Order: sequence, then C-alpha cells, then structure tokens
Amino acid sequence: MDVLVNPTESSLLRFTTAGSVDDGKSTLIGRLLYDSKSIFEDQLLAVEESSKRRGDAHVNLALLTDGLRAEREQGITIDVAYRYFATPKRKFIIADTPGHIQYTRNMVTGASTADLAIILIDARLGVIEQTMRHTYLASLLRIGHIVLAVNKMDLVDFDEAVYNKIVADFQAFAKGLDQLPQVTPIPMSALNGDNVVDKSESTPWYTGPSLLQHLETVQVHSETAADEARFAVQWVIRPISDREDAKLGNLHDYRGFAGRMASGTFRVGDDVLVYPSEMKSKITGIHTYEGPQQETTPQLSYSITVADEIDTSRGGMIVKANEPTQTSHEFDAMICWFADKKTLKPRSRFHLRHTTNDVRAVVTDVLYKVNISTLEKTTASKEFSLNDIGCIRIRCAAPIFFDPYGKNRTTGSFVLVDEQTNNTVAAGMITKSLVDAGDEDAEVAI
Amino acid sequence: MSAITHLQFLESEAIYILRETAAQFQKPALLFSGGKDSIVMAWLARKAFYPSKLPFPLLHVDTGHNFPEAMEYRDWFVQEIGATLTVGLVQKSIDDGRVQEEKGHNASRNKLQTVTLLDTIEENQFDACLGGGRRDEEKARAKERFFSHRDEFGQWDPKNQRPELWNIFNGRKHFGEHFRVFPLSNWTEMDIWQYIRQENIPLPSLYFSHQRKIIERHGQLLDASTGIIPLLDEEKPKVKEMTIRFRTVGDATCTGAVESTASTIDEIVAEVAAARQTERGTRADDKRSETAMEDRKKEGYF
Repeated sequence: MDVLVNPTESSLLRFTTAGSVDDGKSTLIGRLLYDSKSIFEDQLLAVEESSKRRGDAHVNLALLTDGLRAEREQGITIDVAYRYFATPKRKFIIADTPGHIQYTRNMVTGASTADLAIILIDARLGVIEQTMRHTYLASLLRIGHIVLAVNKMDLVDFDEAVYNKIVADFQAFAKGLDQLPQVTPIPMSALNGDNVVDKSESTPWYTGPSLLQHLETVQVHSETAADEARFAVQWVIRPISDREDAKLGNLHDYRGFAGRMASGTFRVGDDVLVYPSEMKSKITGIHTYEGPQQETTPQLSYSITVADEIDTSRGGMIVKANEPTQTSHEFDAMICWFADKKTLKPRSRFHLRHTTNDVRAVVTDVLYKVNISTLEKTTASKEFSLNDIGCIRIRCAAPIFFDPYGKNRTTGSFVLVDEQTNNTVAAGMITKSLVDAGDEDAEVAI
Repeated sequence: MSAITHLQFLESEAIYILRETAAQFQKPALLFSGGKDSIVMAWLARKAFYPSKLPFPLLHVDTGHNFPEAMEYRDWFVQEIGATLTVGLVQKSIDDGRVQEEKGHNASRNKLQTVTLLDTIEENQFDACLGGGRRDEEKARAKERFFSHRDEFGQWDPKNQRPELWNIFNGRKHFGEHFRVFPLSNWTEMDIWQYIRQENIPLPSLYFSHQRKIIERHGQLLDASTGIIPLLDEEKPKVKEMTIRFRTVGDATCTGAVESTASTIDEIVAEVAAARQTERGTRADDKRSETAMEDRKKEGYF
C-alpha cells in the first residue's frame, strides 16, 4: 500500500473502536496500522522485545501506545489512546478506548470527537451486554455511523447463518434506541486479515466492502454548510496600531471576532445576530491570514468583522439573524459523571463550560439515571458516581446560547468543572430548554 | 460542497487551540527550539492572531549546544514573524549551581533543560507554555492532552489527566500551577512535512542533505564537525565525511543524523513516506530507557 503523499485529495475520518477485552480489538487496530505501514521497524522491534521480556505468547500490539509505566506494569490501558494512519485515499485518527472499569468515561471521551464507531463482536458469543452498552453510548453521543465488526469468523467456519443471526439480533436491539445510527455489518477475522484490508475468499456470500474500503469511502455527516451558522467568539483581535496592512489597509479601527465555524456558512453582507446582546448587524469582512474571503467553510477558523460597534467578546456567539439559537438559564441534559472521589447530586455546584463560555451552574434536580446494561431509566437514587449516566436539570448564573445536542454537537455540549479541584468531572449533552416564565412555547421537547 | 482536507482540519484545530491558550491564560509563551515542529507552531500562531502580532513571546531554552545554523535561523525567524524572544540559558543554571553538568563523553545537557525551563517559567510567571509535541512521536506523548496540567512543581501526572471532550478545553488552575499546551497533538510527522510544503515554510539548512563530519556512536550518527560533542581518542580516526540530513533538530549532543540525499521538501516528503524508522529513533535522549520520555515529562520536560 502506498503511503499518502498528496494532501489535497485527502479528507479526514475520526473513528473510535469499542469492544470487550478479548474480542481482538488490538489485533484489528494493529493490522490496520501495520498494513498501512504506520508502524515503524524500531517501534515493532521495541514491542517485540518488550513482549518477549514480559513472557507474552505473541507480539502484544497494545504495547505500541500503552507507553505509561503503570500501563506496562499492569498490562492494561489506562487512557484513551489516539493512533494515526493514512492511506492514499484518506487520513484516519483512531480514538482507541480501553475496555475495563473506566470504560464509560473513556468511550464517551473518544466518541465525542468521532464520526464513526467500530463495535466489535466475537462471532462465537454474538450480541452481548457489552455490545448493547457500546451501541447505546455511540447513539447517546450521536455518532451517525456504526460498523458492526463481526470478528473471529474463522472460529465459526465463516458460517453465513451465524453472521446473519448476529446482524438480525443487533438490528432488533438498535431499533429501541432514540437515535438510530447507520449500521454497516462486516464479517471478518482480524487475526487472519479476512475482510480487514482486502475482501476475503472465505466469505463468498458477503458482497459488501472490506473494513478499510468502507472507512476510505464512507460519507460521514459532520458539520455541513447546510446547517445553521454557529460561530462562538474565542478572542477579539485588535491590533491597536496605525500600521498599514498589505491586505487590510490601516489597522487603527480593526476589530475582528476570532473563532471557528462550528457549522453552516456566512457570506459577507449576511445579516447576523450577536449574543449576548442579541443586537443585529451585518458581516463586513471574513478574514484569514491568506486574505479576505467571501464566505466561510464549516470547521475552519476565521476573524469576522461586523458593521456596528457590537458589544461581544469571548463567550459570545454570532449566528444568522433568522436562525437564532435557544437562550436560557436553565435546561435539561444527559450527563456522564467522571469523578471517582466525588458524587453529583441536587444542589451540587460547578463551573459549566459551553463553547467558549464559562458560567457558574447548580444542579436543580436529578430526573433519572440510566442503567446502561438494560437501558432502563431509574429514579431510585439521585446521586451520580463514576461512569453513571443520566438526566439532570441545571441552572446557570447567566443565560447560555445553545442548540440541543441532537441538532448540533458543538453548541449542544458542555463539561462541568469542579470548583475545588478544577478537574473536568462531567460531560453534558443538552436535551431540552426550560425558558423563562411567560413564554408559552418554551417548554417543548426538542 | 466538498469536505475540507486533513491539513485544513489540522490547521484550523491548531489555530483554535492557540486562540484558546491566549484567551484562557494570563501570560502564555511559545516554546521555540528552531526545530520544524516549533517552526510550524509559530507559523500557525502568526495566522491565528493576524493582523495582530503574536500575543505571547517565543521562549527558547538554550542548552548552549546548538548547531550554528539553528541559531541563525532562530534570529531570522523571530524577526520575520515579528515576534519577541525570551531565552533561558542552561549555562546560567549551571553557573548558578542549579544543575550539575553530566560527566563523560556521552554527557548531554538535554535533561538539564528541565530545570532551566521551570526556572524561566517561574521568573517570567508564564502560566501556559505552548509546545510542538505530537502524539505520534513517542508512546508517552500518545496519552498527552491538548491542555496538559502541571502542578506547582511543574510535574505531569499521567494517571490523573483531565478528560478532553468535543472542542472544550479546561485551563482552570490554582495559583502557581501551569499548563503545557500542544496545538499539534493530532499531527503526524508526515502532516508536518506536507504542511511545510503546502505553506512553503523556510527551514534551517540542517534538515536538508549536506556533507558533514560524522562519528557513529551506539548506532547513531552524531555531529563531529562543530566540536560540541567531545570525541574519545579512539573515535577520532573513525570520523567520516558523510552525506546526511537531520530528521529532528534539538540539542546537538543527542540529535542523530540520517544518511540522505534529500535536498528539497518534495524529496524529504518522499523519504519520510518510505521511512521505516520513527524520527525519534535518531534521538539519543529517548534511548536511555523504555520510559525515558515519560520520566522526563513527569519532571517537567517539554
């Protein structure tokens, strides 16, 4: 396989892998990395030597990224590991999440930036509780694409009936989820390489793509130009100088709002609404170092100038005049709790970080927790401990400008920061707004 | 509309991180070594704050064991992008008795840099240092965060890192603590070279093929022309004139060369694509033990 040389033709796919301990996840990733020549000789040699010294029966590819002393000593992966590989068609970032106790926290972290999740199933075991847990988390985080990797097909004689039953079982389960991702099942043997990079001769009954073919060509819905325009202000660029810039002229009055286009598109001349003041204005300039632009592209960074002296700075947001966000002090959100020494309960206080905003917040109620093995909602306890998932109501000291997470992953997500330790203790996804009294349309499910 | 390229994504992500750093901290600095990663990072910083100047200085921790070409380049580059430069001298840390020079012919000041770096951070009250580290570089770096918390002793606690979700970066800290920030976390060596090619970024001549006097030591090709590395008597007859280039540029005592005739960016991209060794395979500092990088990082290394 040639290594990618021409960057202009290559896009990026971010995916996460989920599986339980012995389902062959390391083997699968190792094969993708090895076959795309992303593992180097000195790395492989070092891993072979370590494996031998540890008395492992085979080369333990997990040692490639389990670089921390504690991980190597205990033979476990502590943390999300990011791995990189490229083919001539695409560049890939894998968020590889370990499958033990810290699992939920790690998978939620890895999934938050992923466009696709590979969920591994051992063909001998079929759909198990772990599979459902992984699928639920992928769906909760709104990953639009799932690859159901039915692995170890060699151990069931590449039997089509076994494969079909697993796929049917999985689809029956997935129907119960709120958000149905697009599912692509692939029969494979990671150990032997069947249907990983190349199509296998052992599965003549399977007509779909190999895993790599699928990863190289799948069209993921990440933020597109057709979505509503969302631009959170990170920083205000004010040169405070009478310098003449070659492209921008005199800089004396330059005041650009610096940020990254979360979704949608602005054009010069667009009427915009600027939070928090909710004043209307017009876009007069879209700038990058390369010079003035006519329009923006989702995910790229810009400095935007507007016609009027508008009061906004870090934490503010620019949107199109006819596409406002929701604004509210109080809302409901699904959260995943990350702290092992503290719990969350009603009246707990935090710093809430949302887009570039940072506000004080208090939990006003715990609505329910989710048993992620059965997907049942429970109200038995109002206290969250490590890896718990559930729905809370939260009130902020100042209104925030947001969309529900199901509509926009950037403007619908937040984290909670502990006031004493400053640690990030929860990930949140806004589900529903509770708007100030008097607004009849306010409390609607979104 | 077509999707953006991976280089556009990486550029925008790095600019986002650079702006977050300027916004979330009182007094950041950008660690600048004259190596390609810190050059790319500073290049991106110029883009992030254009048309303003950089809102933070470049900080060079100078071991005194520099290739002259890297120093020339540093001074030219700082001028070119209109930045200010702060220098922390390892020699000063030695003179002040803060650190002791390693003994023997393998001595390196690489490890001593940590003390100079932490002292410089404290003297200048920097609360965030931007570094050019990448996750693909080394296994301890693979678990590094974009915003990496350091306690008041400058230490990294890899087992107790803050989870990073979506595009939300938590730079909250207590007085006396600081952060290391890595805007190039998601870049690979190949991405760096492709970006240098795309942007036409000038580099120190050390990265391109040239003739140099070289001594081979422990499988590494080390510089024998500047006199920075003391040679043993029995090594002196073994010094050879070779056609080499450097894949990384750092302290001269631990930066190994590779035999190469690649004298243009295109040739280097082709060479990197075909390479079967990681770039840090040429770094003596990583060869000291299996977890050498983690151990140095815990103490406050870059």
